[in-house]
Amino acid sequence: MSADLSAPTSETSQQKDLPNNPTDRGSVTAARIETALDRPAAILPKPAPKLDKDGNPLPRASYESMFRMRSYMSPYLGRFVSMFVFGALSVGATIVVPLVTKAVIDGPVAKSDHHGLWTLGFAAMGLGVVEAVLIFLRRWTVSKATLGVEYDIRVDLYAKLQRLPMAFHDRWESGQLLSRMMSDLSTIRRFMSFGLLFLFLNSGQIIVVTIILLNLYWPLGVIVVISIGPIVWLCFKINKQYVSLSRRIQDETGDVASTVEEGAHGLRVIKSFGRSRYIFEKFDQRSVQLYDTSMKKVRLQSNFWTFLEVIPNATLVVVLAFGAYAAGHSLVTLGTLVAFTTLMTSLTAPIATLGMQISQAQETMTASDRLADIFDTDITIADGPAELAQPVRGHLQLQGVGFTFPGATGPVLHDIDLDIAPGETVALVGATGAGKSILTGLVPRLYDVTAGKITVDGIDIRDLRLTELRQVVATAFEEPTLFSMSARENLTLGRPNATQDEVDEAIDVAQAHFVYDLPWGLDTRIGEQGMSLSGGQRQRLALARAVLTKPAVLVLDDTLSALDIHTEALVEQALKRVLVGVTGIVVAHRASTVLLADRVAMLSGGTITHVGSHAELLETVPEYRELLSADFNPQDEFDLLEEVAR
Amino acid sequence: MSAPTQTDDAQTKDTDARKVKTARVGVPKFGGLAERVAEAEDAVKEWRGVGAEDTSDLSARGSVFLKQRSRRLLGSLLAPHKTTVWIMIVVVVMENAARLAIPYLVSLGIDRAVPPIMHNGSARTLVVIVAAMLVTIIVQGLSRSIFQRMSGRVGQDVLLEIRRRVFMHFQKLDVQFHDRYTSGRVVSRLTSDVEAIQEMLSGGFDTLIRAVLILIGVGIMLLTMDLKLGLVCLCSFPLLMLLVRWFSVNSSRTYRKVREFSAMVIVQFVETMTGIRAVQAYRREPRNSEIFEDLSGSFRDVNTTAFRLVALFMPGVKIVGNVTIGIVVLYGGYRAIEGDLTVGVLTAFLLYLRMFFDPMQDISQFYNLFQSASAALEKLSGVLEEQPAVNEPAVPTPMTRAKGTVEFEHVDFAYVEDRPVLPDLDLTIPAGQTLALVGTTGAGKTTIAKMIARFYDPTGGRITLDGVDLRDLSDDDLRRNVVMVTQENFMFDGTVADNILFGKPWATRDEVIAAAKAVGAHDFISALPQGYDTDVEKRGGRLSAGQRQLVAFARAFLADPAVLILDEATSSLDIPSERLVQQALQTILASRTAVIIAHRLSTVEIADRVLVLEHGRILEDGSPAELIHAEGGRYAALYEAWEESLA
Repeated sequence: MSADLSAPTSETSQQKDLPNNPTDRGSVTAARIETALDRPAAILPKPAPKLDKDGNPLPRASYESMFRMRSYMSPYLGRFVSMFVFGALSVGATIVVPLVTKAVIDGPVAKSDHHGLWTLGFAAMGLGVVEAVLIFLRRWTVSKATLGVEYDIRVDLYAKLQRLPMAFHDRWESGQLLSRMMSDLSTIRRFMSFGLLFLFLNSGQIIVVTIILLNLYWPLGVIVVISIGPIVWLCFKINKQYVSLSRRIQDETGDVASTVEEGAHGLRVIKSFGRSRYIFEKFDQRSVQLYDTSMKKVRLQSNFWTFLEVIPNATLVVVLAFGAYAAGHSLVTLGTLVAFTTLMTSLTAPIATLGMQISQAQETMTASDRLADIFDTDITIADGPAELAQPVRGHLQLQGVGFTFPGATGPVLHDIDLDIAPGETVALVGATGAGKSILTGLVPRLYDVTAGKITVDGIDIRDLRLTELRQVVATAFEEPTLFSMSARENLTLGRPNATQDEVDEAIDVAQAHFVYDLPWGLDTRIGEQGMSLSGGQRQRLALARAVLTKPAVLVLDDTLSALDIHTEALVEQALKRVLVGVTGIVVAHRASTVLLADRVAMLSGGTITHVGSHAELLETVPEYRELLSADFNPQDEFDLLEEVAR
Repeated sequence: MSAPTQTDDAQTKDTDARKVKTARVGVPKFGGLAERVAEAEDAVKEWRGVGAEDTSDLSARGSVFLKQRSRRLLGSLLAPHKTTVWIMIVVVVMENAARLAIPYLVSLGIDRAVPPIMHNGSARTLVVIVAAMLVTIIVQGLSRSIFQRMSGRVGQDVLLEIRRRVFMHFQKLDVQFHDRYTSGRVVSRLTSDVEAIQEMLSGGFDTLIRAVLILIGVGIMLLTMDLKLGLVCLCSFPLLMLLVRWFSVNSSRTYRKVREFSAMVIVQFVETMTGIRAVQAYRREPRNSEIFEDLSGSFRDVNTTAFRLVALFMPGVKIVGNVTIGIVVLYGGYRAIEGDLTVGVLTAFLLYLRMFFDPMQDISQFYNLFQSASAALEKLSGVLEEQPAVNEPAVPTPMTRAKGTVEFEHVDFAYVEDRPVLPDLDLTIPAGQTLALVGTTGAGKTTIAKMIARFYDPTGGRITLDGVDLRDLSDDDLRRNVVMVTQENFMFDGTVADNILFGKPWATRDEVIAAAKAVGAHDFISALPQGYDTDVEKRGGRLSAGQRQLVAFARAFLADPAVLILDEATSSLDIPSERLVQQALQTILASRTAVIIAHRLSTVEIADRVLVLEHGRILEDGSPAELIHAEGGRYAALYEAWEESLA
């Protein structure tokens, strides 16, 4: 896990030198950099649940997941051990310095011993320097270790998430996953760098210092011990309240933010109905609620800090009063008194933060649980053992295919039989919600059928390796996903080694020539963090991407819906060329798209009700006619008419 | 004694917590990390392509701390709290005076109170000093508590006021502004920017004031108690300043780097997860993992740099502090031996020095909070200075219920100067008429619709409702009479009933149900688990597109405007919904003036009148039946194309 940043750079560039033959699997795998995808996550396996007396499994212990993460620490064991050593030593130095001061005052100063003063003085200074150096060493050493652990967990988590099937991702919002990857991970990291260490060191420091105080002069020590009680109690109590208030504030901030989003996204509706005041009141109510809770926190904090200062100060006064009296009667030396006060004040911080560290530990347990939940999810869609005979013909058969969402009562799709010959194109027509998109997702195994089977060239797709299947089947989705990278990389997603000619050709087919006119041409960054493109432009790029893959089976899931009618016509012309020799499934809303296909399959009520030519279905199926009619958009037609007129 | 957060141990959590958001990074002169980071960035460019940076955001984050308009905003926010602020200043000075008095009293105790007792004298001095200390502690505790509450309240008041002002202002700004500004930026102004200010107020403000006061106070105390020893202590000053400066400069220089990489990691992650379909379908996983590991690696490395900066800075301050303490022990001890200095003064010095060095570490942390807060303030004040282009009249013409005659008189409009969208448009829509607008993209259909709703004002000519210029109507009167339903069908958080109520918040439940029945939404709403009280969930995720459209219709029906403008949805609905929506349309269009941007031929056919537009001009105008038969007409051609497609 070296931090050599330049390494990935040079290795990434090798990507370009990949052999040009996509079917040559061996060399592709060999040239690829090894990533977290190539190894199992390092988290320790889930231990078998302990059983209670009746043989029922007990719920997992609160620390179980956190403890399973320990395997991530082992590569940095040396660093973590030194962290503890340096930490303990520096606390030791913190404790010893006041004792040296005491020695100075009682020894050389009291006895006018110059030589002793120099020795002890330099010893004190040396200790101070050592303390600082130890703190430096601890922080320096541990930063690499904890950030390394964070990195290791992060890339493992990312790899795991990439392997989890669509069914998982449908259930989880990306925001939830993000908070696991960022906040939960940093909670764990924080605990490793500081919480864990100081949980031990602070407890140690409190005990050692208390013993020293008792040894220095026990009556004063007892006073300190008595004053520690209320502080500890208060810290624990307030910390609890503090944590719960902080959570509430977090939630309420979220509420305010969601009204803000409403106000921003719904602005035109708000303006149109003249409801600014109404939405403002909603916003204001939530903001005031947040204000009130924040004020509670302010009050709690002010009480807490006040107590935290007043109690030690009050103790100091008492100690001083008794101490001065005792010093006056020569029961203690002046040096002891000075050392005593210094040591006593050094206790406040560890006590105050002990509560924090305990709650940090609890947060870390929760965070680990949340991560472990993801790591423990099974990858249900995995590679099979079979291989397709080359060249792939693309004979696609759906036999009694059904699909039910996990946990749903009824199936979305059932009893679908469809035989698409190599090179044939079938259009899928159906109303919104008829299950067209799910059907197209079954072919590349984004979802697995729950009944029946799908075969390519006679082999059940579940028996194929995923990479091979997905090389054979390319899909262009209705909602095209572009990534924040160059237009070129977005295009060559399915085929990184495509030549410029092939890229140009795909662009031509999809009528995506606009990419050449982007500020930096094909190297322009697009996607979320780059140039924003219109819906139609994005769809064209997604189409070009699918075409560029040169698949045996091409699935177009309503890919042309956002195109203006003129472009659509051009794209359709070009697609006709591409679809020759390729098995195609085209989800269509418009008559013109339907005409790309050799046959039309009508999807209704979760199954295919009619198969035939466009003319046949228009003639015999009223529902089909109605569907296509509803998608006749006057604006598009006018655009086309104008185009034709020119 | 200082508050626990100011000590090294307690600070760790704090320091670290802040780092997540505002990691302060530097480029130490060793390790060569800076070069590697730069290299990594170049590498990143290779696959990410070239992007235009939003330079306006960057310049705002620059070195100029508070620009004039930010200062004005801050001034106006604090103005109502003037008295409180003055009291706060008095209180905080009192608090710190008390805090500083304690070590001094300790020294008095040791020097003046102990010797009499040692010689069997009276303990009176001791009693006096202890009493004085008690009073001081009470003063300190009280003033601290008061100050924290006051500053907390002022801070929260300011935050609330900023939220209110900015939210209100965004609502006031015209649609054209929002078209340009985008909702994403609106949201980030009101969330992350406000939070940046909040973080400064709650995290660092108090600390900074105290640190500065203590710095000055301790300096004065040291010098007055013993000039020579004080001067020795103050020698550490320049060293400390150098340290703080080194840290601040480095941290702000690379502050951006951590944020950039963190943003890149997040974007890569979110894009993968939201686009997981494409990722898996195109076997993108290995390349993604490469990229992610590369980015996370860089993120880890800049973070390591950041952590190590702190690892250098904090012990740096500590070493200066400890060496100074050592020197004081040596020099002070030497002078104590010579009888030149009392043990009490020496003790007080040691206590003061502790007080002095701990807050130093906090100032550096505060620096970054302050920078991001001032950048946020800059952006917020910028927004507040925007003037809405569409304003309410000073003296509105009252109008209760309009009949619904809409007239365009020589209306000109251009989004950009010299590129007119509507040149000299004349149009009269009689009350009660349903008018369908059709035409090519960019023919000006939406512009006409939005102008009737007064989203924009004409650049020339005037638009009237029942003969009154729209610009002379109060917002309430206008919105009561003119409602525009866009194809967004926006759903607000809350129940189905809440969403319908948006059309008329004071309506009764019966009215809501009546509206839903009228548009044919009642059946599906009743079938929902909690009926009208069913939560629509985020953005109406609970409802289908067709259902959302019906709810939007019910909302408009409940509002019952004299003029309804409809940008008909293009989204394809399933057949039953489609029929429902068509029926609903008929109901809500009856008995009012309606302008529809038609995306379906079936809608055009129910209109009384059709306008065919091109480049802001009216090409054809007539009833659908008339236009179908117009020889060589555009509408006729359209109709023909439709029949052909279904042949």
